[in-house]
Amino acid sequence: MQPKIALKNVSKRFGRKVVLDGVNLEVPAGKSLVVIGGSGSGKSVMLKCILGLIRPEQGQILIDGQDSLKFNSAEREKSLRKFGMLFQGSALFDSLTVWENVAFGLIQGRRMDRKEAKRIALEKLAQVGLGPEVGELSPAELSGGMQKRVALARAIAAEPEIIFFDEPTTGLDPIMADVINDLILSCVRKLGATALSITHDMASARKIADYVAMIYKGKIIWHGPVEQIDNSGNEYVDQFIHGRAEGPIKMEVLKP
Amino acid sequence: MINPLAIIGRVFLNFCAAIGRVAIFTFHSVRHVFAPPFYFRLTGKQMMTIGYFSLPVVGLTALFTGMVLALQIYLGSSRFNAENAVAWIVVLGITRELGPVLGGLMVAGRVASAMAAEIGTMRVTEQIDALTTLSTNPFKYLVVPRMIAGVITLPILILVADIIGVMGGYLVSIHKLGFNAGTYLKNTVDFLETLDVVSGLAKAAVFGFIIALMGCYHGFNSKGGAQGVGRATTDAVVSSSILILVANYFVTEIFFAGR
Repeated sequence: MQPKIALKNVSKRFGRKVVLDGVNLEVPAGKSLVVIGGSGSGKSVMLKCILGLIRPEQGQILIDGQDSLKFNSAEREKSLRKFGMLFQGSALFDSLTVWENVAFGLIQGRRMDRKEAKRIALEKLAQVGLGPEVGELSPAELSGGMQKRVALARAIAAEPEIIFFDEPTTGLDPIMADVINDLILSCVRKLGATALSITHDMASARKIADYVAMIYKGKIIWHGPVEQIDNSGNEYVDQFIHGRAEGPIKMEVLKP
Repeated sequence: MINPLAIIGRVFLNFCAAIGRVAIFTFHSVRHVFAPPFYFRLTGKQMMTIGYFSLPVVGLTALFTGMVLALQIYLGSSRFNAENAVAWIVVLGITRELGPVLGGLMVAGRVASAMAAEIGTMRVTEQIDALTTLSTNPFKYLVVPRMIAGVITLPILILVADIIGVMGGYLVSIHKLGFNAGTYLKNTVDFLETLDVVSGLAKAAVFGFIIALMGCYHGFNSKGGAQGVGRATTDAVVSSSILILVANYFVTEIFFAGR
């Protein structure tokens, strides 16, 4: 079966720093893949390459079998309609109200009537547990957890085929993090979407993943079903999932 | 050992690269002006921000400039008994030069910095990336409305500033210097040509373009958090101010050559 997203030998460098070093990865349609890895390992750059926000120097990025690096701007715009994304810092537009944020892609991207878009926005806000009164607030008036929920509602508003989650639980308390994980699961299942997430949070990864891949120094060093992560046989994965300071992964920290 | 030639070469190459980046940004921005979708509502909002909300500061600048100009010209012209020149030098000075240039610089300080700060914050908080993922072209949504608003609004703003500036000169001339009101107004109108006003307004349109371009460019390319946004804001004001002064000479020369 053709994967929904496939990366073939994707490389990207910034100056002399190699961030992605021949990444190969496939995300099956309708499944949830979580990419784990330390800070600076290339996770966010990989997501941005798939979205076309950053152009890799080498390799192929296939969306439904089509090489997205060869898209012209109209094709790229059309392809982006398949995607929804929840950003790490929520990235809500602070000049707009909450409902306008959720409806943004419908009104600006799809030219939907504002009234109809507002109805859908309030429906999506309800889906993430927020009442219609929240819709009239500005993002600055919300807590971090509520902002994440609004960002999730915005990501699913246009019912995308593919949803990206960039560190969805970072900065949240464990209970709110679990609430967000539950919402991600229910939203993705309801839409039947393909999900690609990046996270440091192993509890989150275990909960939302069908498959897990680990990226280290710009390469995918392990890839398998989430059930096998505890028996991966990979010492890098073992060190990461148990959060041990000692092991093959050396942090670049100057010792006193 | 530091090689001075290498330093000069590096600075020159960085300067050329910066010009190239601005040129590409300008090309993309102008190209998107003519392609749908058009964001009329956002353009209207930007026109209010650039024009209406800048009116107090530009109006005050023009008023006091006109008043000071009248005093200075009176002092200078009285040395060779040419006090009657005050009216027409004030009106020419304000409409052709001081209105657009000082108004443009004041708007650069107020608007270019605000644009750079707003767009820069959107850049560092990934809001611009979010726009792209929501099928919205950031150039069309953020840059084009500001550019159109800048080019349309600045001439209107400067026209109002011209009137206020001339009025400042009139008030000082009548109430402090003892000119006859009717004669002063007659001198003002008789010596003013359409081209004087048009050249000033053409300058204002160019300055509006420069202000919006620099505000958006530096905001769009800001990085590194709060410090990066602060740097973008400063760069936007400095570069737009310098470009206004440079463009002022070239636009003046175009009108000068046309006479």
